[in-house]
Amino acid sequence: MTIPDTSEKWASSINEVTIGATAEDGGTRTSTVTLGGAKALPFLSFEGSPGRPTAIAVEIWDGGAEAWPDQLKDAYGDVLSSPGEWAKKAVEFGAEMICLRLMSAHPDAGDRSPEQCAETVKEVLQAVGVPLIVWGCGVDEKDNETLPAVSAAAKGENCLLGTAREKNYRTLVAVCQADKHKLLAESPLDINIAKQVNILCTDAGFPLEDMVVFPTTGALGYGIEYVYSIQERGRLAGLGGDKLLAQPVLCDVGYEAWRAKEAKAPPFACVTDETRNEWGIMWEAATAAVLLQSGVELLVLRHPKAIEYIKQTLARFTQAAPA
Amino acid sequence: MALTGLDIYKQLPKENCKECGLPTCLAFAMKVASGQVGLEECPRLTDDARGELDEASAPPQRLVTIGPDPDPVQIGQETVLFRHDEKFHHPPAVALTVSDSLDESALGDLCTEFKALEFTRVGETLRPTMVALINDSGSADTMSAAAQMLHSALSVPMVLLSDKIDALSAAATGPLSGARPLLMCTGEASADDLAALAKQAGAPICVAGDAETVADRVEALGKLEVKDVVISPGRTSTAEALQFLTQTRRAALKSKFRPLGCPVLVLADGDDKVAGMLDACAFVCKYAGVVVSNAWDGHLLVPILTTRQNIYTDPQKPVQVEPKLYEIGEVTPQSPLLVTTNFSLSYYSVEAEVETARIPCYILAVDTEGTSVLTGWAADKFNPETITNALTANNAGDKVEHHTVIIPGHVAVISASLAEESGWKVLVGPKEATGIGPYLKSDWNAL
Repeated sequence: MTIPDTSEKWASSINEVTIGATAEDGGTRTSTVTLGGAKALPFLSFEGSPGRPTAIAVEIWDGGAEAWPDQLKDAYGDVLSSPGEWAKKAVEFGAEMICLRLMSAHPDAGDRSPEQCAETVKEVLQAVGVPLIVWGCGVDEKDNETLPAVSAAAKGENCLLGTAREKNYRTLVAVCQADKHKLLAESPLDINIAKQVNILCTDAGFPLEDMVVFPTTGALGYGIEYVYSIQERGRLAGLGGDKLLAQPVLCDVGYEAWRAKEAKAPPFACVTDETRNEWGIMWEAATAAVLLQSGVELLVLRHPKAIEYIKQTLARFTQAAPA
Repeated sequence: MALTGLDIYKQLPKENCKECGLPTCLAFAMKVASGQVGLEECPRLTDDARGELDEASAPPQRLVTIGPDPDPVQIGQETVLFRHDEKFHHPPAVALTVSDSLDESALGDLCTEFKALEFTRVGETLRPTMVALINDSGSADTMSAAAQMLHSALSVPMVLLSDKIDALSAAATGPLSGARPLLMCTGEASADDLAALAKQAGAPICVAGDAETVADRVEALGKLEVKDVVISPGRTSTAEALQFLTQTRRAALKSKFRPLGCPVLVLADGDDKVAGMLDACAFVCKYAGVVVSNAWDGHLLVPILTTRQNIYTDPQKPVQVEPKLYEIGEVTPQSPLLVTTNFSLSYYSVEAEVETARIPCYILAVDTEGTSVLTGWAADKFNPETITNALTANNAGDKVEHHTVIIPGHVAVISASLAEESGWKVLVGPKEATGIGPYLKSDWNAL
């Protein structure tokens, strides 16, 4: 029987954004990552090109990792106090990019100076050849001091710097433009604010085509359905031709999943000593697997086994032939 | 061709009897037209009118009932492709696999294990829905014996999988007679054989193959008056299963193509259990009606059940917690008291941070009808009066000696009037829940 053609005809596609610069382009990266390009909803190869495969960045901190759950600390061992060594380890575990979070720039968590932060960024750039995401501590005033120093220190490396938010974007937009970095725009689980931040950044002169968006992530069991639907709506609009929603999407999976109590200390009677440490890995991987269905270009992960599982999962979601 | 609400209305009794649960016949007609309600809900419809309307007005995706009364599971009759367009209606049944080649004591152990698979999350009890009995033994007698045992021990809905139609028939007409198991023949079987099986057993049938193949099968079974059919991509790659799910859902809802208007069963029970779990989570998001899984371990099962819980919440209806004073950890009269709203995401964000900080706290969830802090404040539902009333109603003054509340930083503006209204000391806490840990450790400790 002939069945109806169910392919959607999309008017547009998700922007392609490249992070990282090799020597040829004035940087020192040994590899670059290009995100985006999808002309179809996720994993529906019958209706159009899926674009670039979802990239995996691995999160590292410049300090404060003693607060990480034991399962993660055990997986990384003694590198957690050295961002360079940590980054190398993350690349061994499969990181295509490093996501460096400048936690200790936070006034309440070390208040490290912009110069110290810039040194850390250089250390990581020297340690690994993959492209870099650098994430400020989230305190407006401090980010506005730290990120310009970071941007200058990484000039030419074509990093992804974040985050630009509705109330604080001007400084970051200016330095990303001056030093030729890509911009990560954050919005609080609200599709209208997501568009608004993009409008503000473009009004300030930043090209939409050089942005990646972070619509805020929630873990499985902790609001993931809001993230899922906002990303799904955004994806439908972006493919439908809304230029303000055609940016590649980043999901901060590791950070959120490992806050869940099911990940750190599952409160169920069936938990045994053998399975206790599996819960966090499963929570992280399942959060990623769910969000992938809503349209994600860049996943930030933590646990090496979650990285491995998600790489295999991406292959299963995209390969038509049985493995 | 689908009927409009008015086409249907013309055939209704127009008595506005409300027995269908809707206020008027016109409202009922509109719901039937949009596929949200079936015609069977109208008790006064004449047989003639029913005959005329039935075929044309059936929901684009069939509702299929599996399992024994009084608690069968219903799947299908979905109305949208994206949950934000309305909501997903019938959560997929998670069916845990059992091999019929296990001996009696192993089956008994699995039954005990199955009963223990209960998990409370966000005030809701999550458990697997069904058992999927697989005819690994190849013997009809063995399958029947295992079906008998599982049915009497658990009495949950079941899927039976066998490559022999006789084995399915023996179990479904024998020990499972009247229990409406979903029957999936994984071997060769003609439409006539399957129709005979369905009629004999009074049970739904699952047919597998690519979309064209299953459409043919559904059509053939329909001609033999077998309508309770579930479709499946069968044992195929994850990518193909995902595409099958979307293609069939679109064909049913957008093209109103009846031969694919059936709920879908997917298999996620491969040897790699982690891969199976992650695939199952994706299938739950993308339209599965039954997920056959071997996630017998909590760390594999809970992510699947939580995905189902989250994705099948109604996006139009904020999820609420009971508005009351919660005690987190070993609280004392000196423990801090934090105020938030009864929007479940707000409440659980605060609760998660308090638990992470390992500082026992009281959390007062004020009834804002499930709106968040800022929305509740803007709508005048989270204000000095409602907070004061909640403090009084929960006897908070008897529970803490310090008579101090910590309010979210986003509503700092109400601190003075709340102090006046309640007579309590008011502290302004962090704007985001993530700041609660550091706040309790520094600011609160410094008091």
